[in-house]
This record gives sequence, structure tokens and C-alpha cells, in this order.
Amino acid sequence: MITLLLQLFWTFFLIGLFGFGGGYAMLSLIQGEVVEHYHWMTMGQFTDIVAISQSTPGPIGINSATYVGYTALVNAGYEPCWGILGSFLATFAVVLPSFILMLMISKFLMKYRNHPIVENVFSGLRPAVVGLLLAASLLLMNSENFSSMSENPWRYCISLFLFCFAFIAQKVYRLGPILIILLCGVAGIVLGL
Amino acid sequence: MFELFKTFFQIGLFTIGGGYAMIPLIEQKVVDEKAWVSKEELLDLIAVAQSCPGVFAVNISIFIGLKRMGGRGALVSAIGTCLPSFICILAIALVFQQFRENVYVEHFFRGIRPAVVALILLPVFRMAKSAKITRYNVWIPIVSAFLIWKLGVSPIFIVLAAGIAGYAYGQYLKGDFLNS
Repeated sequence: MITLLLQLFWTFFLIGLFGFGGGYAMLSLIQGEVVEHYHWMTMGQFTDIVAISQSTPGPIGINSATYVGYTALVNAGYEPCWGILGSFLATFAVVLPSFILMLMISKFLMKYRNHPIVENVFSGLRPAVVGLLLAASLLLMNSENFSSMSENPWRYCISLFLFCFAFIAQKVYRLGPILIILLCGVAGIVLGL
Repeated sequence: MFELFKTFFQIGLFTIGGGYAMIPLIEQKVVDEKAWVSKEELLDLIAVAQSCPGVFAVNISIFIGLKRMGGRGALVSAIGTCLPSFICILAIALVFQQFRENVYVEHFFRGIRPAVVALILLPVFRMAKSAKITRYNVWIPIVSAFLIWKLGVSPIFIVLAAGIAGYAYGQYLKGDFLNS
């Protein structure tokens, strides 16, 4: 268990350190480490976490760190009280790099924000972060989240429909994410997905 | 000190949907009500917090706490911002594990999952606009997405490589490129 806690701490420290570009971009780092690398949870569970993070108060980075910390320990077969310790560690670890950075270089940052070197680094980072987010959504389009034509055609078609609905509802009609999530969840119950 | 905590606790509690949704509330609380920083300062802080790694709202709260009361203020503000999420999510996580197996909860989440994928895909386009993606650099997001998606490269390496490549390009190539 000590190993798992240390891995959790180290992983979220790295996520906090390399998480450029806000909450959504951070999700792709969390997904890469937590699902792909360590297999602490499945892609479906990760998607549920994103849904819950989007509909509860607070920054998505903090929400998902707390949730992953808990779930990773409980999934590994430990009691919920260890899960609480895990969520505390993960949340603390994801904030720690910001804290160290800000304390040490906040003055420096203000001064050199427009320095050419800093601008060059960011001219490389910005487009890559878009790619990170794209990868996160592509990875989520799997049979666990959508089912598949051969496995369950009914669920597959409804999933595709709900995907398009959510996309258009947000992009064209500007519906809030919580409302979209609720509507799709109710549709899931009514249609018996 | 307590004021800092209370203000950021409220900010953490009343914003749903992530960091950028917090900006209006932060502005109202910190600039209009408390006058801890001026509007121009806040804009600067936002720009710096955006270019720092980590959770955007926490970065801002650390900045303002630091400015008001030094290290201890930063600590108190950061805890204030994180605490509502932490309590809320922990409560949900504790309860959710028990309801997971429930058939209705399962249907509910099966309906939600495709919607969440759409909600993550949408900011790609928003961010592409603000990152100034043109047809000359559109290969960067596509190649990085492909490396992560198909080849299983860790996003951490992509971030590192992109930062270094941006530095190298600006430092050693841009000059020649413009002259030739």
C-alpha cells in the first residue's frame, strides 16, 4: 500500500507540474497516467469521474485528483478510510508544484512573462496542449463508453446520438454542461442503455 | 487571514464547471468587494496563472494570498479554494461506490458517458482558436494527439518536448527562417 500511496503522490505531483493549459488539458495527463500507465481504473470509470467533476463545485483538476485518489485505493481492495488518505495525498500533490513555483518565482514570472525565451517555449506548448485534449477525447471514444455495433447495436446507436446531441446542445444552443449531463443520464435510464 | 480563507472558500464552493468559470466570481469578490487587487493587476495575474502549470484557480488564489499576507496567506487561500471540492467529491465518492451496482445508476452513467466525450471534444476547438492554430502549425496538435492516442506516448513527454522544441525553434531557427 505504501508503494501505491507513493505512486499516487508522485503521479499527481507530475500532473501538477506539467499540467499546462487548464483543467481540460490536465485531464489528458490524468488519463494517460491513471488509466493507461498505472491501470488504477478503467476508461469508463475515468469518464464517470469527469462527469462528476463537471457537475460539482470546484476546479476540475482538484475534483479529479480527489476522486482518483479515493478510487485508486478502493479499487485496489483497501478500506474506504485509506481511500480518504489517498484522495488527500493526490489533492495535496497536485497543488504542491503550483505552490512551490509561485513562492519561488512569482516575482520572476511577472517580470519575464514577455521575455522572448518564455514566449518561444509557450509558442511550442500551446498547440501541443490542443493535441493533448484531442487525444483525451479520442481515447474516450472506446467500446466501454459507446459499446460497439457487434456487442450491443442499440446502445451503440443511442450513444452516438447522445454524443451528437451533447455536442450540438453545447456548441449551438449553449446549454450548460450540467443540464446536458442530466438530460443524457435520464435518457440513459428511459431508454434502458 | 480568515477573510482570505472565507473568500476563497466561497469562490471554490460556488463555481461549477472548472477554472475559467471562476474568473467572474473571483473578479467580483477580490476586486469589487475586497479591493485586494486592482482590475489591471487581476488581468496580469490571470495571464501569469494561465502560463503556469497546475490548477488555474488555485494558482490565482496562491498569488493573491501571497500578495496579501505572504507564504501563510498563500497557504490559507489555496486550502480555501480546494476544500469545498475536496469535501464534496469525497462525499460523492463514498456514496457512489455503494450505488455503482444499482441498475438505474448504471443506465444513467451509460447515457452520460457519450455526452462527456462531446463536452471534452468541444474545448479542443475553443482552445485551437486561442492557441492561434493555423494551417502551418496544425500538424503539431495532430501529431501530438496521434502519438498519445495510437502509440501510447505519455502526455508528459509531449509537454516537455513541445516546450523544448518551441524554445529551440525560436532560438535557433526563426531568425534564419525569416531571413531566407
